[in-house]
Amino acid sequence: MLTVLLILIPFIAGLIAFGLKGSGPKVLGMIASLASVATAIGTVCTLHADPKKLSFVTDWIPQLGSQFRVGLDGMGTMLCLLTAIAFLLVFITIYNRDIERPNSFYGLMLLSQAGLVGVFTAFDALQFYVFWELALIPVYFLCSMWGGEKRIPVTFKFFVYTFLGSLLMLVGIIYLYFQTPDHSFSWTSFTSLQLGTGDQKWLFWLFFVAFAIKMPVFPFHTWQPDTYEQSPTPVTMILSGVMVKMGLFGVLRWLVPVLPEGAAMWTDVAIVLSIIGIIYASCIAMVQSDLKRLIAYSSIAHIGLMSAAIFAHNEQGTQGVLLQMFNHGINIIGLWIIVEVIQNRLGVKNMDQMGGMARKAPRMAIFLVIISLANIGLPLTNGFIGEFLMFSGLFQYNHWFMAFAGLGIILAAVYTLNMIQKVIFGEGNTLTDTTTDLQPGETVALSLVVIMIFVLGVYPQPMLDLVSKVF
Amino acid sequence: MNALISTALSGVVLMFVGLFVRNKQHIKFFAIAAIIISFIANLALYPTVLLGSYIQFGMIEVSKFSVLFNAVALGATLIYFLLSGKEFEKVGEHVGDYFALIFFILAGITLASSFSNLLMLFLAIEIMSIPQYVLAGADRKSLKSNEASLKYFLMGAFSTGILLMGITLIYGAAGTFNIAELGLGADPVHPLALCGIILMAFALAFKVSAVPFHFWTPDVYDGSPTVFTSFMATVVKAGGFVAFLRMFHVAFAGGAVSHHWTLILSIITAATLILGNFSAVFQQSVKRMLAYSSIAQAGFMLFAVIAINQFAAQGIILYAAAYSLATIGVFAVLMKLKDYTFEGFNGLARKQPLLALATTIFLFSLAGIPVTAGFFAKYFVLSAAIQHGHLLWLVIVGVLCAAISVYYYFRVIMAMYFKQGDPEVEPISGGFRAALVLTIVLVLVLGLFPGLLIGWL
Repeated sequence: MLTVLLILIPFIAGLIAFGLKGSGPKVLGMIASLASVATAIGTVCTLHADPKKLSFVTDWIPQLGSQFRVGLDGMGTMLCLLTAIAFLLVFITIYNRDIERPNSFYGLMLLSQAGLVGVFTAFDALQFYVFWELALIPVYFLCSMWGGEKRIPVTFKFFVYTFLGSLLMLVGIIYLYFQTPDHSFSWTSFTSLQLGTGDQKWLFWLFFVAFAIKMPVFPFHTWQPDTYEQSPTPVTMILSGVMVKMGLFGVLRWLVPVLPEGAAMWTDVAIVLSIIGIIYASCIAMVQSDLKRLIAYSSIAHIGLMSAAIFAHNEQGTQGVLLQMFNHGINIIGLWIIVEVIQNRLGVKNMDQMGGMARKAPRMAIFLVIISLANIGLPLTNGFIGEFLMFSGLFQYNHWFMAFAGLGIILAAVYTLNMIQKVIFGEGNTLTDTTTDLQPGETVALSLVVIMIFVLGVYPQPMLDLVSKVF
Repeated sequence: MNALISTALSGVVLMFVGLFVRNKQHIKFFAIAAIIISFIANLALYPTVLLGSYIQFGMIEVSKFSVLFNAVALGATLIYFLLSGKEFEKVGEHVGDYFALIFFILAGITLASSFSNLLMLFLAIEIMSIPQYVLAGADRKSLKSNEASLKYFLMGAFSTGILLMGITLIYGAAGTFNIAELGLGADPVHPLALCGIILMAFALAFKVSAVPFHFWTPDVYDGSPTVFTSFMATVVKAGGFVAFLRMFHVAFAGGAVSHHWTLILSIITAATLILGNFSAVFQQSVKRMLAYSSIAQAGFMLFAVIAINQFAAQGIILYAAAYSLATIGVFAVLMKLKDYTFEGFNGLARKQPLLALATTIFLFSLAGIPVTAGFFAKYFVLSAAIQHGHLLWLVIVGVLCAAISVYYYFRVIMAMYFKQGDPEVEPISGGFRAALVLTIVLVLVLGLFPGLLIGWL
């Protein structure tokens, strides 16, 4: 029942939030996300004690053989925990901000949380698809209503891209449904299918495109920098911290187990696309002067590495990806919190207009340095162990792939240090002189991020144990 | 059978009501009462057909499918009366007659869902069509309305001729009018019958405005009084499809013959999807956009005609319900606005949150987004096509077109929520709000539990 609760808490809170006024929504949001984190921690404990308790099955559409079937394994638990923490961090950061129409904002945020948790817990393909779309729609409204100047066309592009991908996946799901002997959508029926090679060959693309758009993998990434740039930063945190994980999760849960031969057949193509993405996005990130776009491109590069490691399909690589999903989520949210702070103080995102902020906002500067270094995988930070495992997984698969993917590390160091230099060091100007340091809420959120960075960096074993637990 | 009798009688009664009731506003209540009676009379047959279908007079087959489809059509009309009944008064003087004509159309639809004889098919199509020509021209002072009526009539008469020709040729080949006994499934196929099938496919494609027989649609829908467009584009269209489905599934299924028409219909479907969607993208008026989108949606319903299986029958029922509810809802909102262009919707969310929310949910349903009825409607017709096996290319075309359809549906949503404006909205009564909420609830309930409807089949 804990699993159902994970979906229900944000869903019901979200619906209630629409009807509240004044500071009601943000208090409710805080309560709901604290409750979600508590429930998520509860699921982690239950997973160790009695994993069967986390499954819940009931009939949904008996005519179709579709059931409401939720459950959690190590990967699902980790992602639900990440989702809960991410939303908590977002809500803490923006607690003191004035948001226009807070009731709709918090309502939509909570609904998207419910959708995301639904995706990570679904063990029925149709239910997976429904939640997959449900997570998207609130985000569409969030970006279009509270975003930047060009938000409407940009968000629309994002929506059409992902919707098209989802529909292709739906075709795949229906096709697989007819192949199952008992006509069911359950994950076990799907994974026990004995499909011919010919079928797997093309079915792979129906699923891969949907997931690749979400991650995003080159060349399906074009919506991403624009959307990250134009979205309100709290939404960008969710998009980059949690939503991109939907794509990776989809590959790990649905694509590789259901279509193992298809995945094996196209492995090289998928990895090459991912590696092109790494190098291409890193190069663009180096020449960006817009802070949000820089982080957006760096995110493409990092996700590219993860998707390459998934398709390498060995234990180390997969472990690394699972670990890195959590770590990347935490780190990128940390970075976005700082971007949010800077944008809130200065009102600009162009790095050429910044500089010298270390003197005016020393706490922020320290946090920025720590999180950025974690993001490029410095030892003792959480990013290191994940990247190490992914690279060794790739190395086992093919040395050359690893070598090219490794270029991403060097390039990441270049653009990250460049960013740190431009933002916090050097001479200040009239604009940056007005900066104030972090407020209590922001400090709390960033401290949580940094604590997680160090704890997981020094002692990743509990997380590794968690993600190695499968049903 | 009950539905046919009660709708036909209701039509006659309403003509007299129009004569004797002076107050125009009261006629609506008689119509609502009549539709509820017809709905109940229709459902009263359900226990009987549960045991199996039966044929009456060798002409009409009463089956679970026909009872269920009639229930959907009558239910959708009830929603239509609740939402748009008031608009009838604005069209002209003869409110009673308009309601009577709607009931006659319904009589045609109930016949279309249960004919078992080619002559009954012809009658059904004609009973459905002729009152529509009149309704299209109901706004006598408007030149556009007159043009719509004339255009519709000419095109309709033309397609009727083709239909008759097709029926004749099939009769010539098979020697019977009874669709269950035509025996066209066996090969080799008689060339006369083949010509007949093609002519019938074309005529029915005319009726459901499939490309390339769609040219009348945008003009007629745009020119007719909006309140009647709403009905023509939904319930009547579903009626056309059910005739199409019955004809092809009962009479022309199986054997070599289905290979011949499957290809033709597949090409028609693909063309309908592509042209309907692309044309809708370029429209400036929401009403015309809906006209083209109704062509596009027809493409999806054609999936059910081509794929002959259980999913197709369930799909057409669900599609008829989902599409009718959503489109009737959108039109009801449209009629409350003065300006039918996309700009007319600017800023509606702030002024009338309920209208905006309702429109959003209806458009989500039309686009096929989960948790709305439209998702499962699309799901079922896609399933039908995928199960058929040889139609995967068509499914991919359909999916790409569904993604395009998001473009024009979302233009309305963007206008309502993200743009500034001060749309002129007519005063909205409590009854209208209640009916709108009821429609939203129906769309969402069918989106979560489609089994509630198709479980009856």
